[in-house]
Amino acid sequence: MNPRIARALVNGMLLGGTLVALFPMLWMLSVSLMRPGEAAALPPPLLPAQATLHNYQELFLRAGMGRYLCNSLLVSAAITVLSLALNLMAGYAFAKLRFAGREFWFRVVVGMLAVPAQVAMLPLFLMLKPIGLVNNYGGVIVPAMASAFGIFLVRQYARGIPDELLEAARIDGAGELRIFVRIVLPLLKPIMVTLAIYTFLTAWNDFMWPLIVLTGQEHYTLPLGLASLAREHATDTELMMAGSVITVVPVLVLFLALQRYYLEGLLVGSVKG
Amino acid sequence: MNRQPAAWLFLTPAAIVLGVFFVLPIIGAFGLSLTDFDLYALADIRNLRFVALDNYWALLHRPLFWAALAHTLYFVAVGVPLSLLVSLCAALLLHSPLARCKAFFRTALFAPVVTTVVAVAVVWRYLFNTKYGWINDALGALGVHPVDWLGDPHWAMPAIILFAVWKNFGYNMIILLAGLQAIPAELYEAARIDGASFWRQLRHITLPMLAPTLLMVGILTVSGYFQLFAEPYVITEGGPLQSTVSVLYLMYNEGFKWWNLGAASAIAFLLFVIMFAVTACLLRAGRPEAGT
Repeated sequence: MNPRIARALVNGMLLGGTLVALFPMLWMLSVSLMRPGEAAALPPPLLPAQATLHNYQELFLRAGMGRYLCNSLLVSAAITVLSLALNLMAGYAFAKLRFAGREFWFRVVVGMLAVPAQVAMLPLFLMLKPIGLVNNYGGVIVPAMASAFGIFLVRQYARGIPDELLEAARIDGAGELRIFVRIVLPLLKPIMVTLAIYTFLTAWNDFMWPLIVLTGQEHYTLPLGLASLAREHATDTELMMAGSVITVVPVLVLFLALQRYYLEGLLVGSVKG
Repeated sequence: MNRQPAAWLFLTPAAIVLGVFFVLPIIGAFGLSLTDFDLYALADIRNLRFVALDNYWALLHRPLFWAALAHTLYFVAVGVPLSLLVSLCAALLLHSPLARCKAFFRTALFAPVVTTVVAVAVVWRYLFNTKYGWINDALGALGVHPVDWLGDPHWAMPAIILFAVWKNFGYNMIILLAGLQAIPAELYEAARIDGASFWRQLRHITLPMLAPTLLMVGILTVSGYFQLFAEPYVITEGGPLQSTVSVLYLMYNEGFKWWNLGAASAIAFLLFVIMFAVTACLLRAGRPEAGT
């Protein structure tokens, strides 16, 4: 084939694919700035006649979107910080410390990856109910404080730490905790960033478990608030698009800012594993 | 020097969380599925009775369970190959030496993956609108009659599949792209000297070399797609005529709408067994291929 045509074809297809990938998001942003009812016209308009923040105002003042936003931030941040600490410690122990049954327990962790989380949800709900964690942020945060995937990811990465480095510190009389904080954590920084982004995104986007355990509206995260709004206001296209923008933009910005770490980590977790 | 205590100190917090909030509930799920736990038992645990395998037996005689399973299998059987095909095409395009602005295209194509399912599902619900939706508008430009995507039981699941492919293809695209980059360039050079066309290179070099990655990505996608829930919950609410009720949607309704937690646990466990069996079959089917 003529190289010029081939080049045009490849780039044309990439451009077309990109358009399909981005169109729903651009359309969402555009419609969120339209006046109520404006999107329901023939032919459907692409751009608002006059951009307005009316829908955002409506959401924050009347629909309690600010509350959902704070809830989402609180829950996702807490899960990220806590699970990062626990997964880093456990992943490091599996990679670098000797203890009885290490291989066996690591195989148990890998086995957990194969079990769909939904199997655990019904009994978990019954367990959390008597200890007051149903309809409580803790109900979402506590079960997510450690994850088999996080431990696995850290372990794969921490295996690259040279043993000599740790031995030298031990000979110098450093305690295990000190070694972990002073030597290991700085070396694990890249995987920490990756895991932090991944955990935050997962927690932010999570839907089924929060839907089960957060029964009252005052505790709703953004996806729950949005889903419940979507059932009440099915016909208010412009309002719903503004709600979607508020839900999606924080994670998109986070991804765009830190995508290098995120995409690299994705490969550590899959190809090398 | 004994490092055992330190190791246990590092492990204990994570082990407690995973043990109490994951392993224990999984074991509990099987126990729960052998009881008639319902609203009465929720109010007073003395109403709980052991029913052995009755829940499973009842499920196997329930048309809605079979329908939900059929819908889920339809979603997996059509959605997974379609997703993989789109991911592979996108990865091949990004890998092509002819492509420009690769970093931009890669980021843009990956962007749907990081978005919140619920939020973009709400967006697609409007894009699928029969009258005002852009999808019918675009199809109309190609001369296709408007499709009642979300109102017609035959079209609701294809609509959800299209949405899922759009949302998820970027993830596998990145993994396949890394797989493509790991194929030694000499293989292609040798083929080019022999005058092999693009399609022959694809069939005889790219696909065989990529087979292990494709298998892994396929298995991960299958198990992800079996867990279909948020999409029908937001886009169709299981309708029309229950045509998009998935197994997990049924489990959610049974458990948290009607509070039949015993029966719902049986649904969850059956799904787990089915997923396990399908994964094992895929691994077995893929092994000889990957070995050669």
